[in-house]
Amino acid sequence: MKQFLGFFRKELIHIIRDVRSLLILLLIPFLMMLIFGYAINMDLKNAGIAVMDLSGDDMTHEITDKLLSSGYFELQDVITDPGRAEELFKAGKVKEILVFEQDFARKFHSEGIAKVQILTDASDPNNANMLVNYTNGIIANYLLQQQVSQFLPLQVQSSFRYNENLESVYMFVPGLIALLVMLISTMMTSISITREKESGTMEAILVSPLKPWQIVLGKVAPYAFIALSNLAVILLMGTFVFGVPYRGSIALLLGLCVLFILMALSLGILISTISSNQLMAMMISMVGLLLPTILLSGYIFPIDNMPVWLQTISSAFPARYFITALKAVMLKGLRFMYIWKEILVIFGMMMFFLIVSIKKFKIRLD
Amino acid sequence: MDRERIIIVKNLVKKFGDFTANDNLNFEVYKGEIFGFLGANGAGKTTAMKILCGLSKPTSGEVDIAGFDIYRDTDKIRHIIGYMSQRFSLYEDLTVYENIRFFAGIYGIRGKEFRAKAEKLIAKLNMEDVAKTLVASIPLGWKQKLAFSIAMFHEPPIVFLDEPTSGVDPRTRRQFWEMIYQAAESGVTVFITTHYMDEAEYCDRVSIMDQGRIAALDTPKMLKENAGAKNMNDVFLKLVRPQKAEL
Amino acid sequence: MFAVEAHNLVKRYKSVQALNSLNFTIDKGEMYGFIGPDGAGKTSLFRILTSLLIPDEGSATVLGYDVVKDYREIRKISGYMPGRFSLYPDLSVEENLQFFASVFKTSIEENYHMVKDIYSHIEPFKKRRAGKLSGGMKQKLALSCALIHKPEILFLDEPTTGVDPVSRQEFWEMLARLKKEGLSIVVSTPYMDEASLCARIAMMYKGDILAEDSPEAIQQMISGKLWSVSGARTYDILRYLRTFNTCFNIYPFGQNVHFQVSGDAEAVFQQIKNEFQNIQIVEIQASVEDVFLHLSARTEEEKEVLNG
Repeated sequence: MKQFLGFFRKELIHIIRDVRSLLILLLIPFLMMLIFGYAINMDLKNAGIAVMDLSGDDMTHEITDKLLSSGYFELQDVITDPGRAEELFKAGKVKEILVFEQDFARKFHSEGIAKVQILTDASDPNNANMLVNYTNGIIANYLLQQQVSQFLPLQVQSSFRYNENLESVYMFVPGLIALLVMLISTMMTSISITREKESGTMEAILVSPLKPWQIVLGKVAPYAFIALSNLAVILLMGTFVFGVPYRGSIALLLGLCVLFILMALSLGILISTISSNQLMAMMISMVGLLLPTILLSGYIFPIDNMPVWLQTISSAFPARYFITALKAVMLKGLRFMYIWKEILVIFGMMMFFLIVSIKKFKIRLD
Repeated sequence: MDRERIIIVKNLVKKFGDFTANDNLNFEVYKGEIFGFLGANGAGKTTAMKILCGLSKPTSGEVDIAGFDIYRDTDKIRHIIGYMSQRFSLYEDLTVYENIRFFAGIYGIRGKEFRAKAEKLIAKLNMEDVAKTLVASIPLGWKQKLAFSIAMFHEPPIVFLDEPTSGVDPRTRRQFWEMIYQAAESGVTVFITTHYMDEAEYCDRVSIMDQGRIAALDTPKMLKENAGAKNMNDVFLKLVRPQKAEL
Repeated sequence: MFAVEAHNLVKRYKSVQALNSLNFTIDKGEMYGFIGPDGAGKTSLFRILTSLLIPDEGSATVLGYDVVKDYREIRKISGYMPGRFSLYPDLSVEENLQFFASVFKTSIEENYHMVKDIYSHIEPFKKRRAGKLSGGMKQKLALSCALIHKPEILFLDEPTTGVDPVSRQEFWEMLARLKKEGLSIVVSTPYMDEASLCARIAMMYKGDILAEDSPEAIQQMISGKLWSVSGARTYDILRYLRTFNTCFNIYPFGQNVHFQVSGDAEAVFQQIKNEFQNIQIVEIQASVEDVFLHLSARTEEEKEVLNG
């Protein structure tokens, strides 16, 4: 125990003396939360639209009003000439143009069919898609209200559960936790171990009676603390600044996060055992882990939309399970019963990394 | 002395924060001389050499290299000096020939002129068989000779060698010194640092550095006579020990 | 029992043979030196003896313990100072020592007597970060760290490289005192002039031991007389001597040139004296470096013959 405490003390000194890195590590969660919370906003707000109303009756006015009062759209221009549409898109002021056909209301009431055309700037396809969906939704809603008295064979009612306002910050909190835990636990641990290999101090440690688990645990413990403190920052900022709801059991939420941190630390140790220098450790953590965590875990791109082979690859990354489980607990308030599979996978991965790295941890230099 | 002075250093000071690496150095180096900077790691040898090569600016003082001022004419100085660092500064993942071509290119030696000179050099070094071999896989002694030849490729009148013989075996070290002698004989001024005390005796004049200062500067023979020592190691001990005793 | 015993030790790295079947024994309480340049195999050998590397062939024991099987025991009883002093630059002098004490389950207080002689030199600076120490002070701290757990045998890999002569001398004086207390000391160095400070030395070159004996005995290994000439420019003398086919083993030593003559030496001397003015030629006792030069040259020649 004395040996371990001595080692732990030394690691703490390393971290505390390197004030700059420590500050960065502690500030990262604040900055990331602010950036993701405010700057990178995937929600539609005040998208510029133009309307070409060839009918100009009550119905088209009402629909336009509905759209504009939703808060998602902002009227930039009213046009009459189809040639203007091209100009507007090119100028970039307008993302969507609504074209109502002539005699819209009359055709609707007499023939039951009226046409509205939606033109979007699809140079940003995700955005265009969203605009069309929102517009469709709003028009559909309007029609429902119009036809309550009339007979309709099928009524579509859509409602967004668990994130009624489609706030993307809800999505980012789980993703951000995964990302930062990977960054700090995995990358920092692997770098801190390889640094000793590089500076030659590993030689002196290895010839001592320290056992591999003591070295590994001593290296890992301080970063576990930093990761936990970052977790706290993200969760607290999530509720108090961005109003993210925690619907499930807090104990389950924390337990899940701690498990993920332990998994990430084990992975860090594993990386350090296979890399011979800091640069290599960093490259593996960055390119091999952080990028896939961002891209493949369902954090930015939905897994269901991926081709099957990418889905298969994504199932190898622990963050995927963590984010799924975390969302389930945080936003849906699900209990352990519903996420035990994910937890089992993360736990299994942790054990695998841990066993392999303790086995692979070299008690010698070659 | 009426010999031509090629390096003139006056009141050179270099500080890093509150640490003084070079504490008021004054010395002159003559043309065609082998001038040694002797001292332990951390005595300030490399710092001083980097300043003379224009790699680092002094905190204060004047340095004149072949008539050029170290503050203003850094670019011109770079063209008239050769530099070989402790680590030999060769690219391990390039072949012998590619290394020569790269460094020659830096000094604008290309085309026919380059090919002729490179061929001559490789023949002189007896490296015909390894010209297309990666530098990583040739012996240390060869790397050392190659690095020196590359530093001399653009025929500079002054060459700076920073601990060029560190860790090299006694035979290879002597072969290396012969290359230095040859260079000096053809009129090149050689400025060399070393931490091997015995190696200082190969120099025409030696300046002994200790804790950023020049503790003594003379020919090896005079240094030994003045200190009543039988070798340079004793000279160093006699010069430096009294000061250390105060600590 | 020997302090160290090695049989046919071989170590290879990919294509390079780092150690070519080494055999040697080191007595208990002896100060034994491995002398040779970079690439001689000193560091590989030290790492094998401290259980950090496994030899590809052969075996070795340290105080009776096998370096592969009994690595746990070896790590308890040996103190090791790796080539680059392995200290933590961001930890203070005291924190470094404390750390190494704690990993060996001891404390500075408990074993202070072991390091007092050395540590007292740097104790006034105990709050200073190790990264800001001079080479000599780093060396003393690294030695203190290697001693703090009361080892029975010390392995010091190039402890004096790049350190100033004053600190080097102090360091060897400290080692002499440790040896008196019964510690076995195995040390390596690239400086030939440090050989005389060891009881016995092994001269290493490219993975081989060229010679192993007391420094005095090694100096006798040159057959025939060795001459030293001084007085003119070394390079001129060197080139002149090479024109004689009766002169061999011609090596510059600072301002002197050492050489041997087969046949009539006086005739050669006369010609040298005619060529240069104010020349002194004296017979000298070979130094360890002379022997190294002669033996390593012979190895190279043998290799050339083998390679055709």
